[in-house]
Amino acid sequence: MTTSSQMTHLDSVKARNGSPSHSSMKRRDALWGYAFVSPQVLGFLVFVLGPLIAVVVFSLQDRNLLFGNSGFVGFENYRTMFTTDPLFKKVMVNSLVFTLLLTPLNVATSLALALLLSRGLRGQKIFRLLYFAPVVTSAAAWAIVWRFLLQGEQGAVNQMLALIGINGPNWLFEEHWAMVSVVVTRVIKNLGLNMVILLAAATNVPDEYEEAAVVDGANSWQILWHILLPQLIPSLLFVSIITVIGSLRVFDHILLLTGGGPGNSTMVLVYYVYYQAFQFFEIGYASALAVILFVVALILTVIQWALRSRLGTE
Amino acid sequence: MRSNQYYQRLALIKKAALYVLLILAAVPFVFPFWWMMTSSLKSPSQIFAYPPRLLPETWHWENFVEVFTYQPFARQYFNSLYIAVLVTIGTLIVASLAGYAFARIPFPGRTFLFILVLSGLMMPSEVTIIPNFFFMKELGLTNSHFPLIVIPIFGAPAVVGTFMMRQFFISIPDEIEDAARIDGASRFSMFWQIAFPIARPVLGGLAILTFLASWNLFLDPFVNLDDIELWTLPHSLRNYVDPYGTPLWHLQMAATTLSVIPVLIIYVIAQEQIIDSFATSGVK
Repeated sequence: MTTSSQMTHLDSVKARNGSPSHSSMKRRDALWGYAFVSPQVLGFLVFVLGPLIAVVVFSLQDRNLLFGNSGFVGFENYRTMFTTDPLFKKVMVNSLVFTLLLTPLNVATSLALALLLSRGLRGQKIFRLLYFAPVVTSAAAWAIVWRFLLQGEQGAVNQMLALIGINGPNWLFEEHWAMVSVVVTRVIKNLGLNMVILLAAATNVPDEYEEAAVVDGANSWQILWHILLPQLIPSLLFVSIITVIGSLRVFDHILLLTGGGPGNSTMVLVYYVYYQAFQFFEIGYASALAVILFVVALILTVIQWALRSRLGTE
Repeated sequence: MRSNQYYQRLALIKKAALYVLLILAAVPFVFPFWWMMTSSLKSPSQIFAYPPRLLPETWHWENFVEVFTYQPFARQYFNSLYIAVLVTIGTLIVASLAGYAFARIPFPGRTFLFILVLSGLMMPSEVTIIPNFFFMKELGLTNSHFPLIVIPIFGAPAVVGTFMMRQFFISIPDEIEDAARIDGASRFSMFWQIAFPIARPVLGGLAILTFLASWNLFLDPFVNLDDIELWTLPHSLRNYVDPYGTPLWHLQMAATTLSVIPVLIIYVIAQEQIIDSFATSGVK
Protein backbone atom coordinates (compact mmCIF):
# COMPACT_ATOMS: atom_id res chain seq x y z
CA MET A 1 0.00 0.00 0.00
CA THR A 2 1.09 3.52 -0.66
CA THR A 3 0.64 4.30 3.02
CA SER A 4 4.10 3.10 3.93
CA SER A 5 5.77 5.30 1.33
CA GLN A 6 3.71 8.23 2.52
CA MET A 7 4.86 7.48 6.02
CA THR A 8 8.48 7.59 4.92
CA HIS A 9 7.99 10.91 3.20
CA LEU A 10 6.13 12.21 6.18
CA ASP A 11 8.85 10.82 8.40
CA SER A 12 11.44 12.95 6.77
CA VAL A 13 9.22 15.99 7.02
CA LYS A 14 8.62 15.36 10.66
CA ALA A 15 12.24 14.48 11.33
CA ARG A 16 13.29 17.73 9.77
CA ASN A 17 10.86 19.60 11.97
CA GLY A 18 11.86 17.67 15.07
CA SER A 19 8.48 16.03 15.67
CA PRO A 20 7.70 12.89 17.69
CA SER A 21 9.10 9.64 16.38
CA HIS A 22 7.59 7.51 13.68
CA SER A 23 6.58 4.69 16.01
CA SER A 24 4.74 6.86 18.50
CA MET A 25 2.85 8.45 15.64
CA LYS A 26 1.96 5.04 14.35
CA ARG A 27 0.84 4.08 17.81
CA ARG A 28 -1.35 7.12 18.06
CA ASP A 29 -2.84 6.35 14.70
CA ALA A 30 -3.50 2.78 15.73
CA LEU A 31 -5.28 4.05 18.82
CA TRP A 32 -7.52 6.08 16.60
CA GLY A 33 -8.11 2.93 14.63
CA TYR A 34 -9.24 1.04 17.68
CA ALA A 35 -11.36 3.94 18.79
CA PHE A 36 -13.11 4.15 15.45
CA VAL A 37 -13.91 0.48 15.22
CA SER A 38 -14.79 -0.03 18.84
CA PRO A 39 -18.48 0.90 18.57
CA GLN A 40 -19.01 -1.62 15.80
CA VAL A 41 -16.82 -4.30 17.32
CA LEU A 42 -18.15 -3.96 20.83
CA GLY A 43 -21.68 -3.86 19.52
CA PHE A 44 -20.95 -6.97 17.54
CA LEU A 45 -19.64 -8.78 20.58
CA VAL A 46 -22.58 -7.80 22.72
CA PHE A 47 -25.43 -8.16 20.27
CA VAL A 48 -24.26 -10.72 17.76
CA LEU A 49 -21.45 -12.98 18.95
CA GLY A 50 -22.51 -13.04 22.57
CA PRO A 51 -26.09 -13.99 21.75
CA LEU A 52 -24.89 -16.62 19.32
CA ILE A 53 -22.86 -18.28 22.04
CA ALA A 54 -25.81 -17.89 24.39
CA VAL A 55 -28.12 -19.56 21.92
CA VAL A 56 -25.81 -22.53 21.66
CA VAL A 57 -25.56 -22.73 25.44
CA PHE A 58 -29.34 -22.43 25.84
CA SER A 59 -29.84 -25.17 23.30
CA LEU A 60 -28.04 -27.55 25.62
CA GLN A 61 -30.26 -26.66 28.54
CA ASP A 62 -33.77 -27.48 29.60
CA ARG A 63 -34.77 -23.89 29.97
CA ASN A 64 -38.32 -22.70 30.12
CA LEU A 65 -39.34 -19.12 30.66
CA LEU A 66 -42.02 -20.09 33.16
CA PHE A 67 -40.37 -23.00 34.88
CA GLY A 68 -36.83 -21.71 34.94
CA ASN A 69 -33.64 -23.40 34.02
CA SER A 70 -33.37 -27.07 34.86
CA GLY A 71 -29.79 -27.11 33.77
CA PHE A 72 -27.58 -28.85 31.30
CA VAL A 73 -29.18 -31.65 29.35
CA GLY A 74 -26.68 -32.16 26.59
CA PHE A 75 -28.16 -32.94 23.21
CA GLU A 76 -31.56 -33.79 24.60
CA ASN A 77 -33.24 -30.96 22.73
CA TYR A 78 -31.71 -32.04 19.47
CA ARG A 79 -32.72 -35.60 20.09
CA THR A 80 -36.31 -34.50 20.75
CA MET A 81 -36.29 -32.57 17.52
CA PHE A 82 -35.40 -35.52 15.40
CA THR A 83 -37.28 -38.24 17.25
CA THR A 84 -40.24 -37.27 19.37
CA ASP A 85 -41.41 -33.93 17.97
CA PRO A 86 -43.91 -34.57 15.17
CA LEU A 87 -44.15 -30.89 14.40
CA PHE A 88 -40.44 -30.56 13.71
CA LYS A 89 -40.56 -32.89 10.76
CA LYS A 90 -43.56 -31.03 9.38
CA VAL A 91 -41.81 -27.71 9.88
CA MET A 92 -38.71 -28.87 8.05
CA VAL A 93 -40.77 -30.19 5.16
CA ASN A 94 -42.67 -26.92 5.03
CA SER A 95 -39.43 -24.97 5.00
CA LEU A 96 -38.08 -27.10 2.19
CA VAL A 97 -41.27 -26.76 0.16
CA PHE A 98 -41.40 -23.04 0.78
CA THR A 99 -37.83 -22.46 -0.36
CA LEU A 100 -38.03 -24.86 -3.30
CA LEU A 101 -41.22 -23.25 -4.57
CA LEU A 102 -40.19 -19.69 -3.95
CA THR A 103 -36.68 -19.65 -5.37
CA PRO A 104 -37.24 -20.90 -8.93
CA LEU A 105 -40.43 -18.88 -9.23
CA ASN A 106 -38.70 -15.76 -8.03
CA VAL A 107 -35.55 -16.13 -10.11
CA ALA A 108 -37.32 -17.20 -13.30
CA THR A 109 -39.85 -14.39 -13.16
CA SER A 110 -37.30 -11.74 -12.29
CA LEU A 111 -35.09 -12.99 -15.13
CA ALA A 112 -37.99 -12.84 -17.57
CA LEU A 113 -38.90 -9.33 -16.51
CA ALA A 114 -35.27 -8.22 -16.54
CA LEU A 115 -34.86 -9.51 -20.08
CA LEU A 116 -38.07 -7.82 -21.19
CA LEU A 117 -36.89 -4.56 -19.71
CA SER A 118 -33.44 -4.78 -21.24
CA ARG A 119 -34.83 -4.34 -24.74
CA GLY A 120 -34.57 -0.59 -24.51
CA LEU A 121 -38.30 -0.03 -24.66
CA ARG A 122 -39.72 3.35 -24.05
CA GLY A 123 -41.37 3.63 -20.66
CA GLN A 124 -39.28 0.86 -19.16
CA LYS A 125 -38.41 3.09 -16.23
CA ILE A 126 -42.07 3.17 -15.31
CA PHE A 127 -42.32 -0.58 -15.40
CA ARG A 128 -39.21 -0.89 -13.30
CA LEU A 129 -40.77 1.50 -10.83
CA LEU A 130 -43.90 -0.63 -10.62
CA TYR A 131 -42.18 -3.98 -10.26
CA PHE A 132 -39.86 -2.65 -7.58
CA ALA A 133 -42.53 -0.86 -5.56
CA PRO A 134 -43.40 -3.84 -3.33
CA VAL A 135 -39.73 -4.14 -2.35
CA VAL A 136 -39.75 -0.83 -0.49
CA THR A 137 -43.12 -1.52 1.09
CA SER A 138 -43.13 -3.01 4.55
CA ALA A 139 -43.65 -6.74 4.72
CA ALA A 140 -46.38 -6.16 7.25
CA ALA A 141 -48.33 -3.80 5.01
CA TRP A 142 -47.96 -6.14 2.04
CA ALA A 143 -49.10 -9.18 4.00
CA ILE A 144 -52.05 -7.36 5.54
CA VAL A 145 -53.28 -6.17 2.18
CA TRP A 146 -52.94 -9.61 0.63
CA ARG A 147 -54.71 -11.17 3.57
CA PHE A 148 -57.55 -8.85 2.74
CA LEU A 149 -57.41 -9.67 -0.97
CA LEU A 150 -57.28 -13.41 -0.46
CA GLN A 151 -60.31 -13.71 1.79
CA GLY A 152 -62.39 -16.78 1.02
CA GLU A 153 -65.60 -15.80 -0.66
CA GLN A 154 -65.48 -12.10 -0.36
CA GLY A 155 -61.88 -11.30 -1.10
CA ALA A 156 -61.19 -9.26 -4.18
CA VAL A 157 -59.22 -12.02 -5.85
CA ASN A 158 -62.03 -14.53 -5.61
CA GLN A 159 -64.57 -11.93 -6.61
CA MET A 160 -62.58 -11.14 -9.74
CA LEU A 161 -62.29 -14.84 -10.48
CA ALA A 162 -66.02 -15.26 -9.97
CA LEU A 163 -66.61 -12.62 -12.60
CA ILE A 164 -65.06 -14.95 -15.14
CA GLY A 165 -66.76 -17.97 -13.71
CA ILE A 166 -63.94 -19.46 -11.65
CA ASN A 167 -64.67 -20.60 -8.13
CA GLY A 168 -61.53 -19.65 -6.25
CA PRO A 169 -60.42 -21.70 -3.25
CA ASN A 170 -60.19 -20.36 0.27
CA TRP A 171 -56.64 -19.28 -0.39
CA LEU A 172 -55.40 -18.88 3.15
CA PHE A 173 -57.38 -21.57 4.88
CA GLU A 174 -57.02 -24.60 2.68
CA GLU A 175 -54.03 -26.76 3.36
CA HIS A 176 -52.01 -26.61 0.15
CA TRP A 177 -53.37 -23.36 -1.20
CA ALA A 178 -52.11 -21.60 1.90
CA MET A 179 -48.54 -22.49 1.08
CA VAL A 180 -49.04 -21.47 -2.54
CA SER A 181 -50.50 -18.15 -1.45
CA VAL A 182 -47.67 -17.47 0.95
CA VAL A 183 -45.06 -18.28 -1.68
CA VAL A 184 -46.60 -16.36 -4.56
CA THR A 185 -47.29 -13.22 -2.55
CA ARG A 186 -43.76 -13.31 -1.19
CA VAL A 187 -42.34 -13.72 -4.68
CA ILE A 188 -44.26 -10.70 -5.93
CA LYS A 189 -42.97 -8.69 -3.03
CA ASN A 190 -39.30 -9.31 -3.52
CA LEU A 191 -38.62 -10.22 -7.10
CA GLY A 192 -38.09 -6.57 -7.99
CA LEU A 193 -34.79 -6.77 -6.18
CA ASN A 194 -33.53 -9.71 -8.20
CA MET A 195 -34.91 -8.15 -11.35
CA VAL A 196 -32.86 -5.02 -10.83
CA ILE A 197 -29.68 -6.99 -10.24
CA LEU A 198 -30.27 -9.14 -13.32
CA LEU A 199 -31.21 -6.11 -15.37
CA ALA A 200 -27.90 -4.48 -14.52
CA ALA A 201 -26.11 -7.66 -15.53
CA ALA A 202 -28.07 -7.97 -18.75
CA THR A 203 -27.38 -4.41 -19.83
CA ASN A 204 -23.72 -4.98 -19.10
CA VAL A 205 -23.47 -7.66 -21.74
CA PRO A 206 -21.56 -5.95 -24.54
CA ASP A 207 -23.70 -5.11 -27.52
CA GLU A 208 -21.06 -6.49 -29.85
CA TYR A 209 -21.90 -10.04 -28.83
CA GLU A 210 -25.47 -9.60 -29.90
CA GLU A 211 -24.58 -7.66 -33.00
CA ALA A 212 -22.15 -10.31 -34.13
CA ALA A 213 -24.80 -12.94 -33.64
CA VAL A 214 -27.32 -10.96 -35.66
CA VAL A 215 -24.81 -10.62 -38.47
CA ASP A 216 -24.39 -14.38 -38.36
CA GLY A 217 -28.13 -14.71 -38.89
CA ALA A 218 -29.22 -15.69 -35.40
CA ASN A 219 -32.83 -15.02 -34.46
CA SER A 220 -33.97 -13.60 -31.12
CA TRP A 221 -34.36 -16.94 -29.41
CA GLN A 222 -30.91 -18.10 -30.39
CA ILE A 223 -29.40 -14.86 -29.20
CA LEU A 224 -31.16 -15.25 -25.92
CA TRP A 225 -30.23 -18.84 -25.37
CA HIS A 226 -26.68 -18.91 -26.65
CA ILE A 227 -25.43 -15.41 -25.98
CA LEU A 228 -27.31 -13.64 -23.21
CA LEU A 229 -28.08 -16.43 -20.81
CA PRO A 230 -24.56 -17.84 -20.57
CA GLN A 231 -23.35 -14.32 -19.73
CA LEU A 232 -25.93 -14.10 -17.01
CA ILE A 233 -25.08 -17.34 -15.27
CA PRO A 234 -22.89 -15.78 -12.54
CA SER A 235 -25.58 -13.29 -11.66
CA LEU A 236 -28.26 -15.95 -11.79
CA LEU A 237 -26.36 -18.13 -9.38
CA PHE A 238 -25.75 -15.22 -7.08
CA VAL A 239 -29.37 -14.12 -7.14
CA SER A 240 -30.54 -17.68 -6.56
CA ILE A 241 -28.50 -18.19 -3.49
CA ILE A 242 -29.36 -14.90 -1.86
CA THR A 243 -32.99 -15.72 -2.51
CA VAL A 244 -32.59 -19.09 -0.84
CA ILE A 245 -30.88 -17.53 2.16
CA GLY A 246 -33.52 -14.83 2.32
CA SER A 247 -36.29 -17.40 2.26
CA LEU A 248 -34.99 -18.86 5.50
CA ARG A 249 -35.83 -15.69 7.34
CA VAL A 250 -39.38 -15.07 6.18
CA PHE A 251 -41.37 -14.71 9.35
CA ASP A 252 -43.57 -11.63 9.49
CA HIS A 253 -45.02 -12.33 6.08
CA ILE A 254 -46.23 -15.77 7.11
CA LEU A 255 -47.33 -14.70 10.56
CA LEU A 256 -49.53 -11.97 9.16
CA LEU A 257 -50.93 -13.97 6.26
CA THR A 258 -51.73 -17.35 7.75
CA GLY A 259 -50.40 -17.41 11.29
CA GLY A 260 -48.57 -20.58 10.37
CA GLY A 261 -51.81 -22.33 9.53
CA PRO A 262 -53.99 -23.91 8.57
CA GLY A 263 -52.93 -26.73 10.81
CA ASN A 264 -49.32 -25.57 10.85
CA SER A 265 -49.04 -26.19 7.13
CA THR A 266 -47.25 -22.91 6.55
CA MET A 267 -45.07 -22.97 9.61
CA VAL A 268 -41.44 -22.79 8.61
CA LEU A 269 -38.34 -23.18 10.76
CA VAL A 270 -37.85 -19.55 11.68
CA TYR A 271 -41.52 -19.29 12.62
CA TYR A 272 -41.19 -22.43 14.69
CA VAL A 273 -38.33 -20.86 16.64
CA TYR A 274 -40.58 -17.93 17.52
CA TYR A 275 -43.47 -20.28 18.25
CA GLN A 276 -41.53 -22.41 20.71
CA ALA A 277 -39.80 -19.47 22.36
CA PHE A 278 -42.58 -16.95 22.72
CA GLN A 279 -45.73 -19.03 22.78
CA PHE A 280 -44.54 -22.08 24.63
CA PHE A 281 -41.68 -20.40 26.42
CA GLU A 282 -39.46 -23.40 25.69
CA ILE A 283 -36.29 -21.39 25.46
CA GLY A 284 -33.96 -24.38 25.42
CA TYR A 285 -35.75 -26.16 22.64
CA ALA A 286 -36.29 -22.97 20.66
CA SER A 287 -32.59 -22.22 20.92
CA ALA A 288 -31.76 -25.63 19.53
CA LEU A 289 -34.06 -24.87 16.61
CA ALA A 290 -32.33 -21.52 16.17
CA VAL A 291 -28.98 -23.29 16.05
CA ILE A 292 -30.25 -25.52 13.26
CA LEU A 293 -31.46 -22.44 11.42
CA PHE A 294 -28.11 -20.80 11.89
CA VAL A 295 -26.19 -23.81 10.63
CA VAL A 296 -28.31 -24.03 7.49
CA ALA A 297 -27.87 -20.30 6.85
CA LEU A 298 -24.15 -20.59 7.49
CA ILE A 299 -23.67 -23.43 5.02
CA LEU A 300 -25.59 -21.57 2.35
CA THR A 301 -23.71 -18.34 2.96
CA VAL A 302 -20.38 -20.10 2.70
CA ILE A 303 -21.52 -21.60 -0.59
CA GLN A 304 -22.57 -18.14 -1.71
CA TRP A 305 -19.18 -16.64 -0.92
CA ALA A 306 -17.36 -19.53 -2.53
CA LEU A 307 -19.43 -19.15 -5.67
CA ARG A 308 -18.83 -15.44 -5.77
CA SER A 309 -15.09 -15.69 -5.52
CA ARG A 310 -14.90 -18.44 -8.10
CA LEU A 311 -17.09 -16.71 -10.61
CA GLY A 312 -15.93 -13.19 -9.87
CA THR A 313 -18.07 -10.31 -8.63
CA GLU A 314 -19.93 -7.75 -10.71
CA MET B 1 -38.21 -12.91 -50.22
CA ARG B 2 -40.39 -11.26 -47.60
CA SER B 3 -40.95 -7.57 -48.02
CA ASN B 4 -39.58 -4.87 -45.80
CA GLN B 5 -43.11 -4.02 -44.89
CA TYR B 6 -43.62 -7.51 -43.54
CA TYR B 7 -40.65 -7.22 -41.23
CA GLN B 8 -41.68 -3.78 -40.07
CA ARG B 9 -45.16 -5.08 -39.29
CA LEU B 10 -43.65 -8.03 -37.46
CA ALA B 11 -41.45 -5.79 -35.36
CA LEU B 12 -44.45 -3.67 -34.45
CA ILE B 13 -46.47 -6.69 -33.41
CA LYS B 14 -43.59 -7.96 -31.31
CA LYS B 15 -43.33 -4.60 -29.62
CA ALA B 16 -47.02 -4.48 -28.89
CA ALA B 17 -46.92 -7.99 -27.49
CA LEU B 18 -44.05 -6.96 -25.28
CA TYR B 19 -46.03 -4.07 -23.86
CA VAL B 20 -49.05 -6.25 -23.27
CA LEU B 21 -46.91 -8.74 -21.38
CA LEU B 22 -45.33 -6.04 -19.26
CA ILE B 23 -48.68 -4.49 -18.43
CA LEU B 24 -50.27 -7.80 -17.54
CA ALA B 25 -47.27 -8.67 -15.40
CA ALA B 26 -47.59 -5.38 -13.59
CA VAL B 27 -51.11 -6.14 -12.35
CA PRO B 28 -50.21 -8.20 -9.27
CA PHE B 29 -47.70 -5.52 -8.33
CA VAL B 30 -50.00 -2.58 -8.67
CA PHE B 31 -53.44 -3.94 -7.87
CA PRO B 32 -52.75 -4.48 -4.14
CA PHE B 33 -51.87 -0.81 -3.75
CA TRP B 34 -54.90 0.31 -5.69
CA TRP B 35 -57.25 -1.94 -3.77
CA MET B 36 -55.69 -0.88 -0.48
CA MET B 37 -56.21 2.79 -1.22
CA THR B 38 -59.73 2.51 -2.56
CA SER B 39 -60.84 0.15 0.17
CA SER B 40 -59.73 2.64 2.78
CA LEU B 41 -62.43 4.95 1.49
CA LYS B 42 -65.22 2.39 1.50
CA SER B 43 -67.68 1.76 4.26
CA PRO B 44 -67.62 -1.69 5.93
CA SER B 45 -70.68 -2.69 3.96
CA GLN B 46 -69.14 -1.70 0.65
CA ILE B 47 -65.84 -3.40 1.28
CA PHE B 48 -66.95 -6.81 0.13
CA ALA B 49 -69.58 -5.65 -2.30
CA TYR B 50 -70.11 -7.91 -5.29
CA PRO B 51 -69.46 -7.28 -8.10
CA PRO B 52 -66.25 -5.66 -6.87
CA ARG B 53 -65.97 -1.98 -7.55
CA LEU B 54 -62.69 -0.43 -8.57
CA LEU B 55 -63.70 2.83 -7.00
CA PRO B 56 -65.73 3.41 -3.84
CA GLU B 57 -69.37 4.39 -4.31
CA THR B 58 -69.17 7.05 -1.70
CA TRP B 59 -65.90 8.29 -0.32
CA HIS B 60 -65.72 7.75 3.40
CA TRP B 61 -62.97 10.05 4.50
CA GLU B 62 -64.04 9.54 8.09
CA ASN B 63 -62.28 6.18 8.02
CA PHE B 64 -59.04 8.06 8.31
CA VAL B 65 -60.29 9.87 11.36
CA GLU B 66 -61.41 6.64 12.94
CA VAL B 67 -57.93 5.17 12.37
CA PHE B 68 -56.59 7.73 14.82
CA THR B 69 -59.31 7.40 17.42
CA TYR B 70 -59.40 3.62 17.53
CA GLN B 71 -55.91 3.36 18.97
CA PRO B 72 -53.05 5.82 19.54
CA PHE B 73 -52.11 5.60 15.89
CA ALA B 74 -50.45 9.00 15.73
CA ARG B 75 -48.23 8.01 18.61
CA GLN B 76 -47.39 4.70 16.93
CA TYR B 77 -46.63 6.47 13.68
CA PHE B 78 -44.33 8.83 15.50
CA ASN B 79 -42.67 5.88 17.24
CA SER B 80 -41.80 4.25 13.96
CA LEU B 81 -40.54 7.53 12.63
CA TYR B 82 -38.28 8.65 15.43
CA ILE B 83 -36.88 5.16 15.96
CA ALA B 84 -36.00 4.92 12.27
CA VAL B 85 -34.32 8.32 12.37
CA LEU B 86 -32.25 7.44 15.43
CA VAL B 87 -31.26 4.08 14.02
CA THR B 88 -30.24 5.69 10.74
CA ILE B 89 -28.12 8.37 12.36
CA GLY B 90 -26.54 5.87 14.73
CA THR B 91 -25.80 3.39 11.99
CA LEU B 92 -24.26 6.02 9.75
CA ILE B 93 -21.92 7.09 12.51
CA VAL B 94 -20.92 3.58 13.62
CA ALA B 95 -20.57 2.25 10.09
CA SER B 96 -18.60 5.18 8.68
CA LEU B 97 -16.22 5.26 11.64
CA ALA B 98 -15.60 1.54 11.50
CA GLY B 99 -15.54 1.42 7.71
CA TYR B 100 -13.05 4.26 7.56
CA ALA B 101 -10.75 2.65 10.09
CA PHE B 102 -10.93 -0.74 8.44
CA ALA B 103 -10.12 0.87 5.14
CA ARG B 104 -7.51 3.45 5.94
CA ILE B 105 -6.03 3.20 9.42
CA PRO B 106 -3.35 0.58 9.85
CA PHE B 107 -3.51 -1.11 13.22
CA PRO B 108 -2.64 -4.53 14.52
CA GLY B 109 -5.47 -7.02 14.29
CA ARG B 110 -7.34 -4.98 11.72
CA THR B 111 -7.91 -7.84 9.33
CA PHE B 112 -8.92 -10.21 12.07
CA LEU B 113 -11.43 -7.79 13.53
CA PHE B 114 -12.86 -7.05 10.13
CA ILE B 115 -13.43 -10.68 9.31
CA LEU B 116 -14.91 -11.18 12.75
CA VAL B 117 -17.38 -8.37 12.24
CA LEU B 118 -18.09 -9.57 8.72
CA SER B 119 -19.26 -12.88 10.10
CA GLY B 120 -22.21 -10.93 11.44
CA LEU B 121 -23.53 -10.89 7.89
CA MET B 122 -24.11 -14.61 8.14
CA MET B 123 -26.19 -14.30 11.24
CA PRO B 124 -29.89 -13.96 10.67
CA SER B 125 -31.16 -11.74 13.44
CA GLU B 126 -33.94 -14.24 14.00
CA VAL B 127 -31.33 -16.56 15.47
CA THR B 128 -30.18 -14.12 18.12
CA ILE B 129 -33.57 -12.73 19.05
CA ILE B 130 -33.98 -15.09 22.00
CA PRO B 131 -30.84 -14.21 23.95
CA ASN B 132 -31.19 -10.56 23.00
CA PHE B 133 -34.69 -10.59 24.41
CA PHE B 134 -33.45 -12.16 27.62
CA PHE B 135 -30.66 -9.66 27.88
CA MET B 136 -33.10 -6.81 27.51
CA LYS B 137 -35.39 -8.44 30.01
CA GLU B 138 -32.58 -8.62 32.56
CA LEU B 139 -31.95 -4.96 32.03
CA GLY B 140 -35.64 -4.23 32.38
CA LEU B 141 -35.66 -2.71 28.94
CA THR B 142 -38.03 -4.97 27.10
CA ASN B 143 -41.15 -2.85 27.08
CA SER B 144 -39.27 0.10 25.67
CA HIS B 145 -37.78 1.33 22.45
CA PHE B 146 -34.24 0.78 23.61
CA PRO B 147 -33.76 -2.63 21.96
CA LEU B 148 -35.33 -1.35 18.78
CA ILE B 149 -32.78 1.43 18.53
CA VAL B 150 -29.61 -0.01 19.97
CA ILE B 151 -29.59 -3.51 18.54
CA PRO B 152 -29.97 -2.49 14.89
CA ILE B 153 -27.27 0.17 15.25
CA PHE B 154 -24.69 -2.29 16.45
CA GLY B 155 -26.00 -5.58 15.32
CA ALA B 156 -26.14 -7.57 12.16
CA PRO B 157 -27.91 -4.96 10.02
CA ALA B 158 -25.18 -2.37 10.63
CA VAL B 159 -22.46 -4.73 9.49
CA VAL B 160 -23.73 -4.28 5.96
CA GLY B 161 -23.19 -0.58 6.47
CA THR B 162 -19.66 -1.04 7.72
CA PHE B 163 -18.90 -3.19 4.73
CA MET B 164 -20.29 -0.61 2.34
CA MET B 165 -18.41 2.26 3.93
CA ARG B 166 -15.18 0.31 3.93
CA GLN B 167 -15.58 -0.43 0.25
CA PHE B 168 -16.05 3.23 -0.42
CA PHE B 169 -13.22 4.47 1.74
CA ILE B 170 -10.82 2.00 0.17
CA SER B 171 -11.64 3.47 -3.20
CA ILE B 172 -10.73 7.07 -2.46
CA PRO B 173 -7.23 7.96 -3.55
CA ASP B 174 -4.61 8.53 -0.89
CA GLU B 175 -3.62 11.94 -2.19
CA ILE B 176 -6.77 13.47 -0.83
CA GLU B 177 -5.68 12.93 2.72
CA ASP B 178 -1.99 13.57 2.12
CA ALA B 179 -2.18 17.30 2.34
CA ALA B 180 -3.94 17.16 5.67
CA ARG B 181 -1.60 14.51 7.01
CA ILE B 182 1.45 16.55 6.15
CA ASP B 183 -0.09 19.52 7.84
CA GLY B 184 -0.20 17.42 10.95
CA ALA B 185 -3.94 17.01 11.13
CA SER B 186 -5.17 14.45 13.62
CA ARG B 187 -6.66 11.26 12.34
CA PHE B 188 -10.04 12.33 13.56
CA SER B 189 -10.09 15.57 11.62
CA MET B 190 -8.85 13.72 8.57
CA PHE B 191 -11.91 11.57 8.89
CA TRP B 192 -14.39 14.21 9.86
CA GLN B 193 -13.32 16.99 7.56
CA ILE B 194 -12.16 15.12 4.51
CA ALA B 195 -13.25 11.53 4.18
CA PHE B 196 -16.72 11.81 5.69
CA PRO B 197 -17.97 14.67 3.51
CA ILE B 198 -16.81 12.90 0.36
CA ALA B 199 -18.79 9.85 1.37
CA ARG B 200 -22.08 11.64 1.06
CA PRO B 201 -23.53 9.60 -1.84
CA VAL B 202 -22.75 6.28 -0.16
CA LEU B 203 -24.01 7.60 3.14
CA GLY B 204 -27.21 8.59 1.40
CA GLY B 205 -27.69 5.09 0.05
CA LEU B 206 -26.94 3.54 3.42
CA ALA B 207 -29.33 5.94 5.08
CA ILE B 208 -32.14 4.86 2.79
CA LEU B 209 -31.55 1.17 3.38
CA THR B 210 -31.24 1.60 7.12
CA PHE B 211 -34.29 3.81 7.43
CA LEU B 212 -36.46 1.41 5.47
CA ALA B 213 -35.19 -1.58 7.41
CA SER B 214 -36.07 0.09 10.68
CA TRP B 215 -39.42 1.39 9.43
CA ASN B 216 -40.40 -2.08 8.29
CA LEU B 217 -39.04 -3.97 11.28
CA PHE B 218 -41.60 -6.35 12.72
CA LEU B 219 -40.04 -9.13 14.78
CA ASP B 220 -38.20 -7.12 17.41
CA PRO B 221 -41.04 -4.72 18.24
CA PHE B 222 -43.49 -7.59 18.18
CA VAL B 223 -41.48 -9.57 20.68
CA ASN B 224 -40.44 -6.76 22.97
CA LEU B 225 -43.29 -4.30 23.25
CA ASP B 226 -46.36 -4.73 25.40
CA ASP B 227 -47.86 -1.27 25.79
CA ILE B 228 -49.98 -0.22 22.90
CA GLU B 229 -48.58 3.29 23.22
CA LEU B 230 -45.15 1.96 22.38
CA TRP B 231 -46.06 -0.07 19.34
CA THR B 232 -44.61 0.66 15.96
CA LEU B 233 -46.54 0.74 12.70
CA PRO B 234 -46.22 -2.84 11.44
CA HIS B 235 -47.64 -4.12 14.69
CA SER B 236 -50.38 -1.54 14.96
CA LEU B 237 -51.74 -2.10 11.48
CA ARG B 238 -53.33 -5.41 12.28
CA ASN B 239 -54.87 -4.26 15.51
CA TYR B 240 -57.99 -2.90 13.89
CA VAL B 241 -60.33 -5.67 14.90
CA ASP B 242 -63.79 -5.83 16.36
CA PRO B 243 -64.46 -7.34 19.81
CA TYR B 244 -64.69 -10.79 18.21
CA GLY B 245 -61.32 -10.43 16.57
CA THR B 246 -62.69 -10.00 13.08
CA PRO B 247 -60.61 -7.49 11.18
CA LEU B 248 -62.13 -4.10 10.52
CA TRP B 249 -60.86 -4.14 6.99
CA HIS B 250 -61.72 -0.60 6.06
CA LEU B 251 -59.70 0.66 9.01
CA GLN B 252 -56.84 -1.73 8.41
CA MET B 253 -56.64 -0.58 4.83
CA ALA B 254 -56.83 3.06 5.83
CA ALA B 255 -54.06 2.69 8.38
CA THR B 256 -51.94 0.69 5.96
CA THR B 257 -52.48 3.36 3.31
CA LEU B 258 -51.23 6.01 5.70
CA SER B 259 -48.13 3.99 6.48
CA VAL B 260 -47.35 3.15 2.89
CA ILE B 261 -48.07 6.41 1.06
CA PRO B 262 -45.20 8.50 2.48
CA VAL B 263 -42.71 5.77 1.63
CA LEU B 264 -44.15 5.47 -1.88
CA ILE B 265 -43.98 9.19 -2.46
CA ILE B 266 -40.34 9.33 -1.44
CA TYR B 267 -39.74 6.23 -3.51
CA VAL B 268 -41.18 7.77 -6.64
CA ILE B 269 -39.20 10.97 -6.15
CA ALA B 270 -35.86 9.33 -5.38
CA GLN B 271 -36.38 6.10 -7.32
CA GLU B 272 -33.01 6.08 -9.00
CA GLN B 273 -31.05 6.38 -5.84
CA ILE B 274 -33.28 4.04 -3.87
CA ILE B 275 -33.22 1.27 -6.43
CA ASP B 276 -29.50 1.77 -6.83
CA SER B 277 -28.86 1.46 -3.08
CA PHE B 278 -30.73 -1.81 -2.94
CA ALA B 279 -29.01 -3.19 -6.01
CA THR B 280 -25.50 -2.37 -4.87
CA SER B 281 -26.03 -3.57 -1.33
CA GLY B 282 -27.21 -6.87 -2.69
CA VAL B 283 -24.16 -7.26 -4.85
CA LYS B 284 -21.79 -7.17 -1.93
